Amino acid sequence: MNHSLEISNLKKVFSDFKAVDGIDFHVEEGSFFSILGPSGCGKTTLLRMIAGFLEPSSGSIKIRGDEMIGISPNKRPVNLVFQNLALFPMMDVGENVAFGLKRQDFSKSEINEKVTSILEKVQLGGYERKNVSDLSGGQKQRVAIARSLVLEPSILLLDEPLGALDLKLREQMKIQLKKLQNEFGTTFIYITHDQSEALVMSDKVAVMNNGKFEQIDTPQNLYSNPKTSFVASFVGETNKFKAKLTSERTNVKTKEGIDFKVNLIDQNIKEDCFLFVRPEAIAMMVEEDMEDMNYFDLKIKTILFDGSNTKVLASMNESEHEIMVSLPQNRQFSHIEKGKIVRAGVHVSDCKCYE
Amino acid sequence: MSNHSKIGFYIFFVPIFLWLFLLIVLPHIELFLMSLKYEDDMGNMAWSLQNYKEFFKEEIYWLTFIRVALYSILVTFLTFVITFPIAFYITKIVSVKYKGFLIILLLMPFWVSELVRVYGWMILLRESGVINYFLQSLGFIDKPIEMLYNDVSMIMGLVYTSMLFMVVPLISSLDGMDDSYIEAAHDLGASKIVIFFKIVIPYIAPGIVSGSIVVFMLTLGNYLTPNLMGGKNSLWFTEQIYNQFIASFNWNQGAAFGFLLLVLSSFIIWIGLKVTKQNLTKALS
Repeated sequence: MNHSLEISNLKKVFSDFKAVDGIDFHVEEGSFFSILGPSGCGKTTLLRMIAGFLEPSSGSIKIRGDEMIGISPNKRPVNLVFQNLALFPMMDVGENVAFGLKRQDFSKSEINEKVTSILEKVQLGGYERKNVSDLSGGQKQRVAIARSLVLEPSILLLDEPLGALDLKLREQMKIQLKKLQNEFGTTFIYITHDQSEALVMSDKVAVMNNGKFEQIDTPQNLYSNPKTSFVASFVGETNKFKAKLTSERTNVKTKEGIDFKVNLIDQNIKEDCFLFVRPEAIAMMVEEDMEDMNYFDLKIKTILFDGSNTKVLASMNESEHEIMVSLPQNRQFSHIEKGKIVRAGVHVSDCKCYE
Repeated sequence: MSNHSKIGFYIFFVPIFLWLFLLIVLPHIELFLMSLKYEDDMGNMAWSLQNYKEFFKEEIYWLTFIRVALYSILVTFLTFVITFPIAFYITKIVSVKYKGFLIILLLMPFWVSELVRVYGWMILLRESGVINYFLQSLGFIDKPIEMLYNDVSMIMGLVYTSMLFMVVPLISSLDGMDDSYIEAAHDLGASKIVIFFKIVIPYIAPGIVSGSIVVFMLTLGNYLTPNLMGGKNSLWFTEQIYNQFIASFNWNQGAAFGFLLLVLSSFIIWIGLKVTKQNLTKALS
């Protein structure tokens, strides 16, 4: 497999603050790679170093095998779609898209041809003479992507470009971005703090925290087999318990005093740990007939109706600690109401412990 | 319109109207009428275009006129060239901490009257001035050089007096420009020169236009600086007007000159807006 981007031991230190603290990874040619992390984790610093706006303190950045350190942004084969898009307001759509092409040796007719064809590909055919300010949020988005993609970069960097859009549009744009990436075959590196954006679109996701990558994996693996406690709590919704390992290391006792049978992923973790259980892993109204299950009583506190994503807040056994449980879509549980107590269970493999 | 907002409207409108009408419109009507009157050989005042004809007949008048127009354009251009890097540095390069301090530093000289500032320059530049003293005592020159009373020092003085009126609109329009435009252009392959001409200049064009209009008009109508720093040779059109009113006591001729200056400045600004494809209301808003 060819590596579009190879980064080794990259560091960026601002006076006394380590924004990016020794990162190693590579991105395969033509893949959709996301960097997911909370704000302030250093993901924008990392992106700006790849784009060339920041010089790394140490380390190397190779694009298709060529070292990029010391090369200015206008000479790098990467393009960045800015968070605020940065479409030039004094130019129309066509001029915006043609801006990068005009900086290279293309004839006027070639430029026009390329602009027309890329605008058609992002479904904005015939928009050349429109004013940028007359476009809708989603259209601006596509112009910004077209402006970068028309230069046929080795890598397209996207810095939370969906952040400013409303929810509906964001959902549509997620699908469109993924389609565009498939169509062009360009390597996309996408930065976001929104785990659903990262999970939906990416081939691989890197979860970043405090200037380091916690885990680089496929979205499926990230969700079902998180490697660290940070990944487990940051990616997807989950119930977190403070817990203590029992001496046999097959059970934990949570702070609330509930026993869980667990499978340890890392056998060497300390006694003090955190237990994570996904809301959808908890099954309600179960028969107590299986070995590998943890069973407990749930007292329904609140029903959080959200269409297909309806959840229940419930307290476990006698404790006050509330957990979240997903309601399956069949109407089987439509009679569940506040105050009811139901028996629930969760499989051992869904109870994950981290330090 | 409700009664309430009507009152509000009048509160704002009446002073502006009175100000414009009493101090601008009325005197100009008077001046215009005056400029159209000419004392004939018999000593009688009569309606005539003679005052305007006089302007075109006497070479010195219209040559001064052209000279002043060209120099004012030059001053405007130089002011932009000098203040742009300052404005850019303050808004885009220096850290936000020092920005306010630097702007205050920039404004401080303008708390002092123009007269004092021009005298400051004169103290530096005159034959017995500071610069000559140092050049002499360091042995660079034997005899003091007269650095005042030439076009160069006059232009310099005019640029210096005008700087504030250019740098403020430049700072405010550069402030409104998101850095990401510059970065995006850089990312798309543009060099620094291309970014300057294709992104920065077009973006801040309204600021440049409003600064230029103010600087141009102030320079064209400046009397003090050309007079003090250019001396007798300054040949500024305002001096011709002054001479007509005060020295020759020919108010009619002076009024005609005043009107010609008004027409000239309006015309040049109009041309400037057409050439740069800018809009006056947009530039001043």
